[in-house]
Amino acid sequence: MLLFFEQLLNGLQFGFMLFLLSAGLTLVFGVMNLINLAHGSFYMVGAYVAATVMLASGSFVLALLVALLVAAACGLLVEVIVLRHLYRRDHLDQVLATFGLILFFNEATRMIWGRQPLFMQLPEFLSSTVEVIPDVPYPLYRLVIIGVGLAVALGLYLLINHTRLGMRIRAGASDRSMIAALGVNIRWLYSLVFALGALLAGFAGVMAAPIFAVESGMGESILILTFVVIVIGGIGSIKGALLGALLVGLVDTLGRAFLPDLLQWLFTTSSANSIAASLASMSIYILMAAILAFKPRGLFPV
Amino acid sequence: MSSINRKWIFLLVCLSLLILLPPVSQTLDESYLISSMTRVLIFAMAAISLDLIVGYGGMVSFGHAAFVGLGAYTAAILSFHINDGSPLFTMPFAYDGTNQLWAVLLVAIGVAALVATLTGMISLRTHRIHFIMITLAFAQMLYYLFISLDYYGGEDGLPMMGRNQIPLIDSGDDTSFYYFCLLVLILFIILARRLVGSHFGRVLQGCKYNEKRMQTLGFNTYRYRLTAYVIAAMGAAVAGVLLANKTEYVDPGLFSWHLSGELLVMVILGGMGSIYGAVIGAIVYLLLEQIFSAYTEHWMILLGPVLILVVIYARHGIYGYLQKLNQNA
Repeated sequence: MLLFFEQLLNGLQFGFMLFLLSAGLTLVFGVMNLINLAHGSFYMVGAYVAATVMLASGSFVLALLVALLVAAACGLLVEVIVLRHLYRRDHLDQVLATFGLILFFNEATRMIWGRQPLFMQLPEFLSSTVEVIPDVPYPLYRLVIIGVGLAVALGLYLLINHTRLGMRIRAGASDRSMIAALGVNIRWLYSLVFALGALLAGFAGVMAAPIFAVESGMGESILILTFVVIVIGGIGSIKGALLGALLVGLVDTLGRAFLPDLLQWLFTTSSANSIAASLASMSIYILMAAILAFKPRGLFPV
Repeated sequence: MSSINRKWIFLLVCLSLLILLPPVSQTLDESYLISSMTRVLIFAMAAISLDLIVGYGGMVSFGHAAFVGLGAYTAAILSFHINDGSPLFTMPFAYDGTNQLWAVLLVAIGVAALVATLTGMISLRTHRIHFIMITLAFAQMLYYLFISLDYYGGEDGLPMMGRNQIPLIDSGDDTSFYYFCLLVLILFIILARRLVGSHFGRVLQGCKYNEKRMQTLGFNTYRYRLTAYVIAAMGAAVAGVLLANKTEYVDPGLFSWHLSGELLVMVILGGMGSIYGAVIGAIVYLLLEQIFSAYTEHWMILLGPVLILVVIYARHGIYGYLQKLNQNA
C-alpha cells in the first residue's frame, strides 16, 4: 500500500513535468494553429544549458535562469526565422519544417556537447528526502516538481483568463485578422506566445535534467508523450493539457510499477515481465486510442 | 514541344538512368551504389503507398512505417521458422513458414490488410491532427509489441538467413535483386496512377476537398477512405517485405515514428498527390542523406535547414516545381 502511494506520487510528478511541456505545445497549437514537432528541442536545450551552467558555476538557481533565458531565446529565433512563414500553411508543411528543425537541433547539440550523455547533480538544498507518507522517505526534488507544475498551472490560468495580455491571446486564437485590425501587433503577440511555450519546455528540461540522462534526441521520446497528452486533453485547452498530463503520467508510472506483479497471476515470471514491460509502454497509446475512439476531439474540445 | 511530351521524355530519361545504373556502377567499381539504390527504390514504393492516402485522400498518417515493419517482420518470421524447423503454428493445421517470395508477399499483404482494417476503423473516426496522432499511437503500440517479442529477437531484431526465393531470378545476386525491385516499383507507379485516375480515386480526392459534399452526393465516404487506407497499408507491406530481403535483417526500429516521419518527408519533399513526386522525394531525400554524410559526420545539420528551405520556398515539392517550369517553358 505504501509502495502504491509512492508510485502515485511518482506518477503525479511525471504528469506535472509533462504538463510543463504540453502547456506550451497546446497554447501554440490553440493560438497559432501550428504543429511544432520541434517543441522537444527546447526541452533538450533547457536540459543541456542547465547541466552545463550547473557544472561550471555550481549554482542551481543560476543554471535555471540561464536555461530559461536560452530556451526562450531559441524559441524566439525559431519563430522569427522559420515558423512565422508557416502559420497560414497546411499542417503537413509545418510537420516537415519542424522535422527539419529537430534534425538541426539534435545534430547541433551533438556537435557542441558530444555524443556522451551529461549528468546533472542536484544542489544540496534540494537533495534531501521528506516523509510525506510516514516511514517512506520521498525525494524533496520530486515534490518540488509537483509544486512547480501546480504553480505554473495556476499562473497560466491567471495569465490567460485575467490579464489584458491573456485576453489578447484568446482573441488572437479566435480571429487573427480582427484583432490585428483593432491595432494589436499580432506578430509580436505570436512571437511572445511561442517564446513562452519554449520557456516552459526549457523549464521542463531543467527539471528533468537531474532525473534523466541529458542526451541528444531526449526531446523526441518525451515529445510523443506530450502530443498524446494534448490530443487526449483536447488540442488548445490548457485545462485538457493538465488533466491529460496527469492521466498519462499516472497510467504510465503505475503501469510500469504494477503490471509485472499483476501479470504474474497469469504467466510465468519471465514472460510476465517482458509482456508487462511492453504492455506498460503501450498503455498510454491504448488509453489515447480508446479516448479518441469515443471522443474524437479529446476530452475538452476547443 | 508540348508539355505532355516533355514529361514523358523526362520519365524515360529517369527510367533509362535507373536501368543503366548497375553496369555503370560496376565499371566505375562502385558497386555499393546498386545496394543503396535498391534501398531508394524500396522506399519509393513505401512513399507511393503513403502518397495515396496523404496526397489523394487527405489522410496524414504518421504511422505508415508500422505497415512497412509488419511486412518486413512477416518475411523475417516466415523465413526464421523454415530455417529453424519449428512450426509457426500447429492449429488448425501445421505450418512451417516459407521461403518463397510470392507466398511471403501474400501473407504480408493479408496481415497488413487485417491490421489496417482494424486500426483504420477506429482512426478514421478522427480528423486532421487527431488522425495524425492516432495513427502514430497505433504504430507505437506495434513498436513496443515487437520489442517485447523475445522469441523473435526483441529489441535486437531478427536476422534473415538469406533472401526469399524468387522464381527465375537469383535473388541473392544484388544486381538481379535491384532489377526486380525496379520492376516492382514500375508496377507500383502504374497501379497507383490507374487507381487515382479511376472512379474510386476520383471519389477519394473528392473526400479530401469536401467530404460533406461527397456525402450529400450519396457516397459513403468512410468506406472509401477506409479502403484507401487498407490499400496503402498493403503497398507499404510489400515494400517492407522487399526491405527485409534487401538488408536480410529486421528490427523494431522499422516501426519507429522516425521512419514514419521520413516517409512523410519524402512525400512532401517530392510533391504530394502526384505519385511521381513520392518517387522523386525518396530518391532526393536518401541521396541528400548520402551526399551530406560523405562530407561530414554531422550531415543532419545540413539536411535540416534544406528541408526547411524546401518547405518555405518550394511549396508544392520538387515535382510541383518541375511542373511549373514545364508550363512556363
